[in-house]
Amino acid sequence: MATPILETDTLTMRFGGLVAVDAVTFTAQRDDITAIIGPNGAGKTTLFNCITGFYRPTGGALRLFRDGAPVELHHLAGHRIARAGVARTFQNIRLFPGMTALENLLVAQHNTLMASTGFGIGALLGAPRYRRAQKAAIAKAVHWLEVTDLLARADDPAGALPYGQQRRLEIARAMCTDPLLLCLDEPAAGLNPRESEELSALLRMIRDGGCSILLIEHDMGVVMGISDRIVVLDHGRKIADGTPGEVRADPRVIAAYLGEGDEGEDAA
Amino acid sequence: MTLRALKDAAITALVALGLFVPLVGLRTDVGPSGELVLRQRWGDVVILVALAFVGRLALLGWRGWRGDPKPASAARTEALRKAGLFVAPVLLGLAVLLPFIPGTGRYELDLGILVLTYVMLGWGLNIVVGLAGLLDLGYVAFYAVGAYSYALLATTFGLSFWICLPLAGLLAAFWGVLLGFPVLRLRGDYLAIVTLAFGEIIRVVLLNWVSLTNGPNGISGIPRPTFFGLTFSMSGEPDTFAGFFGIEPSPVHRVIFLYYLILGLALLTNWVSIRLRRQPLGRAWEALREDEIACRALGINVTTTKLTAFALGAMFAGIAGSFFATRQGFISPESFTFIESAIILAIVVLGGMGSQIGIAIAALVMIGGFEVFRDLDEWRMLVFGGAMVLIMVARPRGLVGHRTPSVVLRERRAIGAEHVAEGHG
Ligand SMILES: Nc1ncnc2c1ncn2[C@@H]1O[C@H](COP(=O)(O)OP(=O)(O)OP(=O)(O)O)[C@@H](O)[C@H]1O
Ligand SMILES: [Mg+2]
Repeated sequence: MATPILETDTLTMRFGGLVAVDAVTFTAQRDDITAIIGPNGAGKTTLFNCITGFYRPTGGALRLFRDGAPVELHHLAGHRIARAGVARTFQNIRLFPGMTALENLLVAQHNTLMASTGFGIGALLGAPRYRRAQKAAIAKAVHWLEVTDLLARADDPAGALPYGQQRRLEIARAMCTDPLLLCLDEPAAGLNPRESEELSALLRMIRDGGCSILLIEHDMGVVMGISDRIVVLDHGRKIADGTPGEVRADPRVIAAYLGEGDEGEDAA
Repeated sequence: MTLRALKDAAITALVALGLFVPLVGLRTDVGPSGELVLRQRWGDVVILVALAFVGRLALLGWRGWRGDPKPASAARTEALRKAGLFVAPVLLGLAVLLPFIPGTGRYELDLGILVLTYVMLGWGLNIVVGLAGLLDLGYVAFYAVGAYSYALLATTFGLSFWICLPLAGLLAAFWGVLLGFPVLRLRGDYLAIVTLAFGEIIRVVLLNWVSLTNGPNGISGIPRPTFFGLTFSMSGEPDTFAGFFGIEPSPVHRVIFLYYLILGLALLTNWVSIRLRRQPLGRAWEALREDEIACRALGINVTTTKLTAFALGAMFAGIAGSFFATRQGFISPESFTFIESAIILAIVVLGGMGSQIGIAIAALVMIGGFEVFRDLDEWRMLVFGGAMVLIMVARPRGLVGHRTPSVVLRERRAIGAEHVAEGHG
């Protein structure tokens, strides 16, 4: 059970004098949902940006365990990290608003599709290999549209979807890259209670399908309900790390996070 | 409301006054004995300021009467898309049949060639600006590279047009990659400025590298294209076009041939763009225009994807350039000034970024209109500037602002312009 998928080792990110992530060390286990919580400005999104290659960490190491062998993520360019198997969603949704839901999911499969085009020439001339790849890509997209209950909106522009559906589409798009690790930045923000319930079910399903999840979330209902493990950050430091029960009982967490919890949940 | 409008119009008139007093009110002329005399034209200033006042008032009145502009409804977008499906084949049919339409003479064909050259350039630039969302203000540089490549290869090595055509395209694409590599890290305005500078650099190099390019005198005696080896000379010999087919030699043959040549090249550009748009590469370009950061998170190599768009756009400009060289028989740096880049960009923007048919119509209206209104002399620029402003006010996303999905599950529906991003570089 306890094989790691991602390990951070004294990961540090500085912006000038501000230490947004301060020597954070934790391990996310394979087939777990690991939640990262903390008050606003704790450095959660910055940590994600380091993991997914949008920031180059000032110090420390990041390792992704792919088939047992570690991949040193902090050496890779952003798009290579995604190819290594780390997918993410954004705190403020980043879809391709002028493209349809289906197109969004096909862009996510760019690399597999590109490999079948024969430098574009084969695809230009309609080679059968490319047609098969395209068919498979559409089938995968349809699968994820079904799972996220968006099949009816497949041909609508992503920008025209209501907020909750955009959130789900972003998750579907990330899943279309066949990730080992899915990083979700506040996926429940702005959802109503029923949608949050559905989101929890979706995330459990994704985990049971063999994709580990790293979850930033302010909605404690969602976090406590589905997380296998919780890491708590405050002012860039890790202040607690354990099961939901342990974290809930940790006095430092109560002081740092739940003390400000009202404010945090209002902001979310 | 009326008071606000009056105040607004008064401010406009004030600005106009400030502008027109030095621009129009005072004019230096050369007097009878060669000295400069200052002429004052306050009457003209008054007329212009009054025009600005009334015009602003009318614009405000019209806006108030029409209410806030609302995004085109889905139904209208859809109707426009259907109309496009109908207009495109009609235009294509007209283009193919033009040489045989009675009343088409040399002048009409020459105009057709000119328009089609700009259609091809517009479609080429559309890959860069419309699909990938990279603002390129120096597109004419690649046109120049193509033209000079053909001119030099043909005059120095005697290579035939049909060998030079792909070579010129490849050379232009090569320059596109060379420029793109350092430049594509820049975004938005910065990219625009650097490409603008690149366009000028190429022109200045062409002007000053006299030993290679013959400088401002240009290159003349560029071989004319042959019909698979048959020349279009007037002699009627068996190795000429007319002699081989046993028809009366006529100078129109070459023009018709050139016309179909550029039509074919433009259609090739169109075909490649349309096909690529439905494929991973084209979809990645559009995704890049929509959101570059999301692309990176999905594992798309942003730099190479931008480079392919840049190189492909440059390639089509290069091919169009070598066509230009063979058609003119003479080229000089004069033909590749910034205004050319601006015209091509205007065609793409006015036509609707990303829309093939919109760009074709914009090229037809702009270039065709430019020629037709030749009699207006210096007013021509003013008329066209005004027309462009009007189009941008009425249809800020260009003639055809909506986007057609590249792939559909059930039914193809147009995507309204309000959702589609322009790209940030
Ligand atoms: N690019 C940046 N440059 C400078 N400072 C930054 C940058 N990004 C984040 N920060 C700072 O780092 C700290 C952590 O920000 P971060 O966005 O990671 O917080 P967060 O835990 O995601 O908060 P929230 O719950 O509000 O999303 C904040 O003080 C923020 O101002
Ligand atoms: Mg955050």
